[in-house]
Amino acid sequence: MTVQTRYEAVIGIECHVELKTRSKMFCACANEFGGEPNTKVCPVCLALPGALPVANAEAIRHMIRAGLAFGASIPAFSKFDRKNYFYPDMPKDYQISQYDMPLTLGGSVRYWLEDGTLKECKLTRIHLEEDTGKSIHGGGGDGRIAGSSFSLIDFNRAGVPLMECVSEPDLRSAQEAVGYLEALKRTFVQLGVSDVKMEEGSLRCDANVSIRPAGSTELGTKTEIKNMNSFRSVLRAIESEIERQIAVLESGSRIVQETRGWDEGQGVTHSMRSKEEAHDYRYFPDPDLVPIEVDAALIDELKKTIPVLPPERFARYRGYGMDPKQATQLVDNFPLADYFDACVAAGANPQASMNFVLSDLSRLANETGTPVNESAVTPEALAELVALVESKTVNSKIAKELLERMWAGEGSPKAIVEQEGLAQTSDTGEIERLIDEVLAANEKAATDYKAGKTNILGFLTGQVMKASRGKANPALVNELLRKKLE
Amino acid sequence: MNDVVKRSAAEIARDVNAKRISARDVTEAVLARVDEVDDRLGCYLTRLHDLAREQASRVDERVAAGESLPLAGVPLAVKDNMCLSGTRTTAASKILENWIAPYTSTAVQRMLDAGAVPIGKSNLDEFAMGSSCENSALGVTRNPYDLQRVPGGSSGGSAAAVAAFEAAIGMGSDTGGSIREPGAFCNVVGFKPTYGRVSRYGLIAFASSLDQIGPLTRTVEDAALAYDAMAGHDPMDSTSIDRPVEPAAPSLREDLEGLRIGIVKEFVTAKLGAEIDALYKRAYAELAKLGAELVEVSLPTADYGLATYYLIAPAECSSNLARFDGVRYGLRVDGADVGQMYEQTRAAGFGPEVKRRILIGTYALSSGYYDAYYVKAQKARTMSAQDFKKAFEHCDLIAAPAASSPAFEFDSKSDPYSMYMMDYYTIPMSLAGLPALSVPCGYAGTPAMPMGLQLAAPLFEETRLLGAAHAYERATAYAVEGAIAV
Ligand SMILES: [Zn+2]
Repeated sequence: MTVQTRYEAVIGIECHVELKTRSKMFCACANEFGGEPNTKVCPVCLALPGALPVANAEAIRHMIRAGLAFGASIPAFSKFDRKNYFYPDMPKDYQISQYDMPLTLGGSVRYWLEDGTLKECKLTRIHLEEDTGKSIHGGGGDGRIAGSSFSLIDFNRAGVPLMECVSEPDLRSAQEAVGYLEALKRTFVQLGVSDVKMEEGSLRCDANVSIRPAGSTELGTKTEIKNMNSFRSVLRAIESEIERQIAVLESGSRIVQETRGWDEGQGVTHSMRSKEEAHDYRYFPDPDLVPIEVDAALIDELKKTIPVLPPERFARYRGYGMDPKQATQLVDNFPLADYFDACVAAGANPQASMNFVLSDLSRLANETGTPVNESAVTPEALAELVALVESKTVNSKIAKELLERMWAGEGSPKAIVEQEGLAQTSDTGEIERLIDEVLAANEKAATDYKAGKTNILGFLTGQVMKASRGKANPALVNELLRKKLE
Repeated sequence: MNDVVKRSAAEIARDVNAKRISARDVTEAVLARVDEVDDRLGCYLTRLHDLAREQASRVDERVAAGESLPLAGVPLAVKDNMCLSGTRTTAASKILENWIAPYTSTAVQRMLDAGAVPIGKSNLDEFAMGSSCENSALGVTRNPYDLQRVPGGSSGGSAAAVAAFEAAIGMGSDTGGSIREPGAFCNVVGFKPTYGRVSRYGLIAFASSLDQIGPLTRTVEDAALAYDAMAGHDPMDSTSIDRPVEPAAPSLREDLEGLRIGIVKEFVTAKLGAEIDALYKRAYAELAKLGAELVEVSLPTADYGLATYYLIAPAECSSNLARFDGVRYGLRVDGADVGQMYEQTRAAGFGPEVKRRILIGTYALSSGYYDAYYVKAQKARTMSAQDFKKAFEHCDLIAAPAASSPAFEFDSKSDPYSMYMMDYYTIPMSLAGLPALSVPCGYAGTPAMPMGLQLAAPLFEETRLLGAAHAYERATAYAVEGAIAV
């Protein structure tokens, strides 16, 4: 047993995700990334004296849908609370958040690892809150507050709806943590509740990491890791922190409960606060907002908007024989996955349509810039094509040609085949007649074959196929040719 | 003094709509009155000559175009905790001494839309915290009946302006009695509608769950007119009530036949001295004489009102006033770092009473004390509302004193508690969110100073309340007996 395997990591993730809504959480300002500083602001999100918040119904619906997607329970009654602390980029000097009655409780996130293993991580809760503005520190200090002589604040982001997802400490490795985050991301994107662009800061996460002797059920002392700006840095940061904690315990020391920042450049975590700062946020129900009441009718309505979710798709695609990478790619391309599922629903053989979707159609989409789901090839038409191949009505060469013509807008493959007599022929008499023509025109080839140059058979087969305008059954051509020549 | 300034809002609107007088002429008369007396009285922190003339001209144009406006040309005092775009809006605090509001509060906008003309921004106790206007950091307002005495508070500026004919309608805000008590002190009608009837959007918050805007007027009819103009649902205020407002002006009555009026057993007026006791006994007898049936009702938890109020209101204010941090607007006192800037700004910007309440509220919300103070106060508040509900099973209205004494001399209440006691009779109604008003009911003390009778109604029964107050006012005429000193 190595040092590493003597320990087990216990990881929980707290994740902030900006919701995709038309307007901010409590005012009518546009919820858009970027723009000139302080151009997407109003009395409410600047916390001018007298301004009042009004909750964004779209954000609440997004939250409920996210909860439903993870099988969370949606309490009938929920409320907003004020989290009080002073911070320059937080205009009201309190954040409207949810303390003891969040919009969703429990549920679990199903995710998978690179090798396709399916896993599950329980959720504690998802609650709704508002984002802060951004501080820019100037006048020295290299952009850090220490050493700067002034700070500028951009409030464009202030008041953007933010959901905080808190997981249970169910994750056991950095890989699992990343798998979990990927699952959150693909679910939110598929639901349309967030764009989840880490580079724009619309997903931010902290990890609580502890280790314990393998087999133990007690929790070790945890540290909180911050400043992870990509899934890759989450992976590296957690791995590095687990290593560090193992080294600390192996050296006979104890883990200190603290917040540690990930240093991307050096690839290590640094202590940020030696002790948990004794924050008393003085939470209390926000008297400016009325409680949120969620009735069963709304939940039923929103349930109907939940699409087929990634874990189900992934498992199904694996069953069709896709490898984990292929399945993940298709699952993550929601429009293409929807298209693929529609083909299957239209009766197409899953494996056969998978090949068309992942290779020929994806290539055509790349070449033309038209997404597959917006192309002229309807799922029903593709199902027809797959059926034509399956029944050996057309061979794969004709099928590819047909697909190109379908893409160009020529409509039903079945109609094309019927109109142009493209159906594959297995009529022995007809094929033998064509073989005789070809052999007559290529006497030398026939002689060469008999002299032992058997590889000339491919050429002859090609000639016969050409003479049949591609319709002849290639296997049959091959068989009959050989018979004739021997 | 041009007699036009003495006319009621109803009379002015009627005459302006009938083109017997122009809004511009009314405005000039009132502005002259302000310039004549306000240096002595100090009702206004900011006089709005230009804006008033502009608005008066606009009203005249609208009337000339054939419109009939419910408040055409009515001179309006706007309490300086309400935003009016382009005007200095201070909440009588040094921290906002030079802040120009960039937007207009909903209630003020509705008054302007109805044709009212803003004469000035009236003085108040800093952030509406006080009962005498003495907590204003920006000016002294004197009681028009005796310049050595306070006008009451916190809406003292509006009350005194209306009493001194510097406006026909004063807009006030009432959190625990801030309209009713100054109404009583200045011998005018002070009306606080049901919590949520008038939008708080643009009202600088003191205690969000209690703050309610309402009018101060010389007649009940004017209070009804003002209420009809300012009340109604506002999508910008989540706590504003989405339910139709029954117009009060048409339902004013001349008698109290068929009404049962509850006299609160626990409100023992004998405690207020023989003279005041006799005065209120007379007032109750006058109600009976008008046909009301007097019934004794009980509010068992009324005595806890003050304690309850002084936990909930400071708790909310401690959070509401956090935004005054020197970062975005208002006073800033620079410091070595942002923390020091916060401390120095708030130390210099807030007066002693505001600091006291922020401290009390911060304490009441602190971890370890939250349950003992804030949660308990909320429970007491619920009980208080239940008390009223039970009492109203036996009566249609409740009659009580509007304040514990007549207006007192400056600096005579040296300790906060004796000042808090002024609102002993108004706070319970505030905690229950009930509509309540004070109407002049005679004089007490030496020199004889005005007193107010408080009437309170069940939630949303503004029409019943104003109707009864009108009958009492018509039968007694205490408001017109006294003489102001300027
Ligand atoms: Zn905004």
